[in-house]
Amino acid sequence: MSTLDKNKKTAALVSLGVAGMVAMSFAAVPAYRAFCQVTGWGGTTQRAEAEAGRTLSRQVTVRFDATVSQGLAWTFEPEQVSQTLHIGETGLAFYEAENLADRPVTGRAAFNVSPAKAGIYFKKIECFCFTEQTLKPGEKVSMPVTYYVDPALADDKNLDDVQTITLAYTFFAWEDDETAVAGSPSAAE
Amino acid sequence: MADAQAAHEAHDAHDHKPPFLVRWLFSTNHKDIGTLYLIFAIIAGIVGGTMSGLMRLELAEPGVTFLTTFMGQRDIDAASNFYNVLITYHGLIMIFFMVMPAMIGGFGNWFVPIMIGAPDMAFPRMNNISFWLYAASGIVITLSLFVPGYGSNTGFGGGWVMYPPLSSNTGSPGPAMDLVILSLHLAGASSILGSINFITTIFNMRAPGMTLHKMPLFAWSVLVTAFLLVLSLPVLAGAITMLLTDRNFGTSFFDASGGGDPLLYQHLFWFFGHPEVYILILPGFGIISHIVSTFSKKPIFGYLGMAYAMVAIGFVGFIVWAHHMYTVGLSVNMKAYFVAATMVIAVPTGIKIFSWIATMWGGSISFKTPMLWAMGFIFLFTVGGVTGVVLANSSIDHYLHDTYYVVAHFHYVLSLGAVFAIFAGWYYWFSKMTGKEYREWLGALHFWVMFVGVNLIFFPQHFLGLQGMPRRYIDYPELFAKWNYVSTVGYGITVLAVIIFAICMIDAFFIYRKKAVANPWGEGATTLEWTLPSPPPFHQFNELPRFDKGDAKAF
Repeated sequence: MSTLDKNKKTAALVSLGVAGMVAMSFAAVPAYRAFCQVTGWGGTTQRAEAEAGRTLSRQVTVRFDATVSQGLAWTFEPEQVSQTLHIGETGLAFYEAENLADRPVTGRAAFNVSPAKAGIYFKKIECFCFTEQTLKPGEKVSMPVTYYVDPALADDKNLDDVQTITLAYTFFAWEDDETAVAGSPSAAE
Repeated sequence: MADAQAAHEAHDAHDHKPPFLVRWLFSTNHKDIGTLYLIFAIIAGIVGGTMSGLMRLELAEPGVTFLTTFMGQRDIDAASNFYNVLITYHGLIMIFFMVMPAMIGGFGNWFVPIMIGAPDMAFPRMNNISFWLYAASGIVITLSLFVPGYGSNTGFGGGWVMYPPLSSNTGSPGPAMDLVILSLHLAGASSILGSINFITTIFNMRAPGMTLHKMPLFAWSVLVTAFLLVLSLPVLAGAITMLLTDRNFGTSFFDASGGGDPLLYQHLFWFFGHPEVYILILPGFGIISHIVSTFSKKPIFGYLGMAYAMVAIGFVGFIVWAHHMYTVGLSVNMKAYFVAATMVIAVPTGIKIFSWIATMWGGSISFKTPMLWAMGFIFLFTVGGVTGVVLANSSIDHYLHDTYYVVAHFHYVLSLGAVFAIFAGWYYWFSKMTGKEYREWLGALHFWVMFVGVNLIFFPQHFLGLQGMPRRYIDYPELFAKWNYVSTVGYGITVLAVIIFAICMIDAFFIYRKKAVANPWGEGATTLEWTLPSPPPFHQFNELPRFDKGDAKAF
């Protein structure tokens, strides 16, 4: 094999490495999202179909936080500051939203909990954040969240210090953007 | 077409250099391209250094006084934005347009082919493309300084790391950020092409008998650097492409309102960014190894250990990126891993430092200018390395994150470490590249003044950081005034050192004009460049040097 052929072969192999790394950087996007959803990293909460089935005597306080992003003419507030309940007990909280615009507006909430390490144990059975919400001009609604804290939390030594979990929502304007997906790991901070 | 023909004929006429325009615009000669890169780096260094001067003058005393006047009596908001633009472009220019072109494009192009006994690079024309992509990239980033970034303020001021949302439409809606992205794409493409060229050259074009384990350490360092570039730059390209589509095409990779995550950008950026800091320093390691060996008149201590320490640093450099992100909310286990992995880097780095010292040990040392710079490098890099081990601890980093302690740390390893390595290489190879000699005492004076100056700039910044002074602000409370003043005085001394450097060079070219011999350093200088005349012929090694006959040594 002549030097030139050898050089071309080496260059082609290295170029393949470059292309592979570009591909991997884009593959990181779905991989990162999946990773956060599976592991609860960044405070990503989990979805559950049914209630926990058992409760522990240990209690946690769940605090509620709400933010509206720029460009969405809504008010959005929790109807209670906090709820204290037993681990495994199903809680029901309400948020109130009002559309201040003179036209129907659709919004969608991004969410997480802090401390971030509690994300994997925070289970939502029903939530207004699972779908987008459309409010008519001037309409005011009360929106429910049904949730529980997974009893498995008690088995995780890293969470022994957790007495309070803050559930945070940020409402963003929703513009038929098909790339938008719920379940952003750290949308609200 | 006519030009191509001319270039072709010029190559046929063997040792005759092509006419000026053809030689420098369409150059395919590795030495000429290396010279172009070095000139590019010097210009960028002057621009980036001037920017740091504006920052230091502003920070000389509390209160916003200098930049408002400098900009023509603008308000504090405009001055603050301009200050942030300065820190951003100072970082980008020094990293991408000064250190990288000087070390890899400049010294790498000049000496890697010569050291391995090759007539030129494997793909000479691709080498030309690499340089001109770099030049275009430099022009684009300069343009971005003069177009709107945020509101009516020109330039992008979100820091060289370009985190969204500061770099997204929220924080920087103007075209400045788009031009920065384009510029980095061009620079990245250039560096990737250059790396392909280096890897191919080093793997396939070594002189007969020069195995990888006989190859000079500078060639080793450029080989490892090229691999780091090839593996890390595509990730930066991916990240800033996502940023670009977020800004212009409605995607939301990093936009929380669309379900994206700004933190993903930080992960991608630092997956590139951490190898990048080794890209900046590894060729310096190679240069220092040669200089220490030459002026101790001993072969380098632990040659194989030195080579594989660089490989190890390169490898570990890819798995420590999140130590730049301790404060983003990683779990405690994750932080424990990144602390441990980061500290592991101190092992191969320690091998290198101690091997340099062991090379000097018992050697017949002569303290010529390059050796002064090399020893200055070893000292300053070690100081920066020690503060690096401090910062590797995530618990301490929570306190020191984004303070001047971090600024002091990375300037000790880069501004002092990498830049001292560049000056060491410059003085070491100056006579080889230009065929002229500089006055020894001017070079030594440059070193001592610069050594005092840079230490005076950056050592007090450790104190400021420990006191809690955050970086990236135009102003600070009275509490931090003293050491900031000292730091600015240090900048003045450094400027004096750069003026001495300029005098030394003007003197060497126009007044001293002493013709250099092939090997001015004597028996310690054993690599192939010293077997060629100074400057080397336009085409070297018409007959390849051989290392496969008995006792011939490559290093």
